[in-house]
Amino acid sequence: MSREQVFANIRRGLKRGEPTSQQREATLARIQRKENNLIPARAQLPQTEQIELFREMATNAAAEIIDINSINELPTAVQSWLEQKGINQLVRGSSPDLEQLDWSQAENLSVDTRVAQVGDRASLTICFAGIAETGTLMLHSQAESPTSLNFLPDNHLVLLRKSQVVGIYEDAWKKLRETRGNHWPRTVNMITGPSRSGDIGQTLYMGAHGPCDLAIFMLDDL
Amino acid sequence: MVEIHSPEFKENARIALKDVNLQKALDQFKVGLPANRLKAVANLPEFDALRDQARDLKNHILENLDIYLDEFERKVNEQGGQVHWASTADDACRIIHEICEKVGAKTVTKGKSMISEEVGLNDYLEKRGIQPIETDLGEYILQLRKDQPSHIIAPAIHLTVPQVADTFHEHHKRPRTENGEELMTEAREMLRKKFVAADVGITGANFLVAETGSTIIVTNEGNGDLTQLLPDTHIAISSIEKVVPTLEDMSLFLRLLARSATGQEYSVYNSLSTGGRRDDEQDGPKNFHVVLVDNGRSNMLGGDFHEMLRCIRCGSCMNNCPVYGSIGGKAYGWVYPGPMGSVLTPQMVGIDKAGLLPNASTACGRCEEVCPVRIPLPKLMRHWREREFEQHLTPSSVRTGIRSWGWLARHPWLYRQAWSLGNKMMRFMGRKNGRIAKLPLASGWTDWRDMPAPSNKTFMQAYKEKKQGVKG
Repeated sequence: MSREQVFANIRRGLKRGEPTSQQREATLARIQRKENNLIPARAQLPQTEQIELFREMATNAAAEIIDINSINELPTAVQSWLEQKGINQLVRGSSPDLEQLDWSQAENLSVDTRVAQVGDRASLTICFAGIAETGTLMLHSQAESPTSLNFLPDNHLVLLRKSQVVGIYEDAWKKLRETRGNHWPRTVNMITGPSRSGDIGQTLYMGAHGPCDLAIFMLDDL
Repeated sequence: MVEIHSPEFKENARIALKDVNLQKALDQFKVGLPANRLKAVANLPEFDALRDQARDLKNHILENLDIYLDEFERKVNEQGGQVHWASTADDACRIIHEICEKVGAKTVTKGKSMISEEVGLNDYLEKRGIQPIETDLGEYILQLRKDQPSHIIAPAIHLTVPQVADTFHEHHKRPRTENGEELMTEAREMLRKKFVAADVGITGANFLVAETGSTIIVTNEGNGDLTQLLPDTHIAISSIEKVVPTLEDMSLFLRLLARSATGQEYSVYNSLSTGGRRDDEQDGPKNFHVVLVDNGRSNMLGGDFHEMLRCIRCGSCMNNCPVYGSIGGKAYGWVYPGPMGSVLTPQMVGIDKAGLLPNASTACGRCEEVCPVRIPLPKLMRHWREREFEQHLTPSSVRTGIRSWGWLARHPWLYRQAWSLGNKMMRFMGRKNGRIAKLPLASGWTDWRDMPAPSNKTFMQAYKEKKQGVKG
């Protein structure tokens, strides 16, 4: 059996036998502790400055940020962003945040609630956190927010509340453990700007296989 | 495993140096990525301290590799996934083929994975009637051209835009264009349907997280995400040394990976996969498999090449290597090129076949300087040279040369006489302008450039005089 062979080989290399239960526990204690390693100073800031850092870093990564002051503005803000691109269709997730909105305000927009399909031009999703350090969004799979919405449509629109912004990756992981610890999501996506590739002639072009544009609607809920 | 052309390294390097397209691509490559990296490093004052921590953490992981792998497997099972163990390349291919057969797969999409290249997966599946489709843009171009990757993170770096234009024109049957953006859009459109139609998606894994039983892929295109998301079955293939204890530990490596690789602050997509689709979900793969490959790695533990197992496959060593920058990756003749490849390839295919690779180094040390986990690559290449010599694999001319030099070096008076004679001769040859255009036995140098004539004293003569001067 390969498994035994691999483990025997590893232990021969490490010049020891099977670890004792004490050795195991001592090692796995690291997993229990979940300690931070060195954290760069960059994002260790008060939250208002973290939000500005998020804005700066996400913009540097070619994401677009649109400010809104009330969640009720979202349907019209989404509609006018899509109009500029000549798009009048949207597929969205079904989380309460998006369900409770009055989508009839966006009267020129046809809105579907489903998983994404080939040919979808735009999707709207919620996210779990914004990470200031690199302007990164954290999203996770759940029934109300299918992951295909994050990758298949040409444009990905995301609702981010300012209160969701944290400084560093580690803070986002801690938050995710707190809320989803026993029901760990199937997938977690950290997304920093739109899809891109430098594989043709070593020149960077946007929109390789994932969304060509990433628009973050930042809600001031503080 | 993939066919080995490393024994033909010298001939391949010669051809590469004369390949106009390749040299054009390399000229651009040599300045691009190293400069991006420097900029990213300058933006993160803690970068070097993070490298120290990453080195130490990798050492800790390797010391406890069996414990963390065991824990990772336990967690994957807990989340409804399945771990498979492959001792050899053939085991890995067989396991993946069995999974594909079980679900009746006809086509599989693939995210970029070097370990799948290493085990020769595409070939194995194709021969058994399953069509693998590479979806990373660079790998897709190479698959159409029946070409091999020349870089571990930028596989088609050796190709110019006109070459890609020709390939797409031939295979896509569309009007030829040399517009890079249009070419990319073409590939995007061509692959869209294949992503959806595939029965199995195969990706690599940059890290395996023991805490949660997750695999993570780091990409910029999003092809890896579509690959692991859309088919009913996701297989992640990874080598055993990629395990990390916690998400915090993974974050430490992620801070180093993109900056070292492309000079980005963070790659566009960092995606974690943990188990299969949950009961209430409408998308995502139903089956989640992880294939863990050893293929000789456990033999490196505790030995001369132990430190190589710290490698996180960023490609920085080859981005900054003057030898790689001159000949590109394909001359190395196997899966892993550049400095990291010159250490790994002899381990995996044998020093008898790959002996030329660790010798193709100027020992300038740039690879070690930029390595995010501080692998002493020049030292490891030197270990291979020693082994090659011990096993009498070095060509007899080299052995005789080294033996004669060794004898001479042990007779200092003779050594100095010989050196001062050589010095005089070379000064005579370069008497006109201080340069020597042709030198016996050194045409490899003088065919391309002049050899400067030495100064009028040997080092030992100058040293002696200086010493006397100090005394006087």
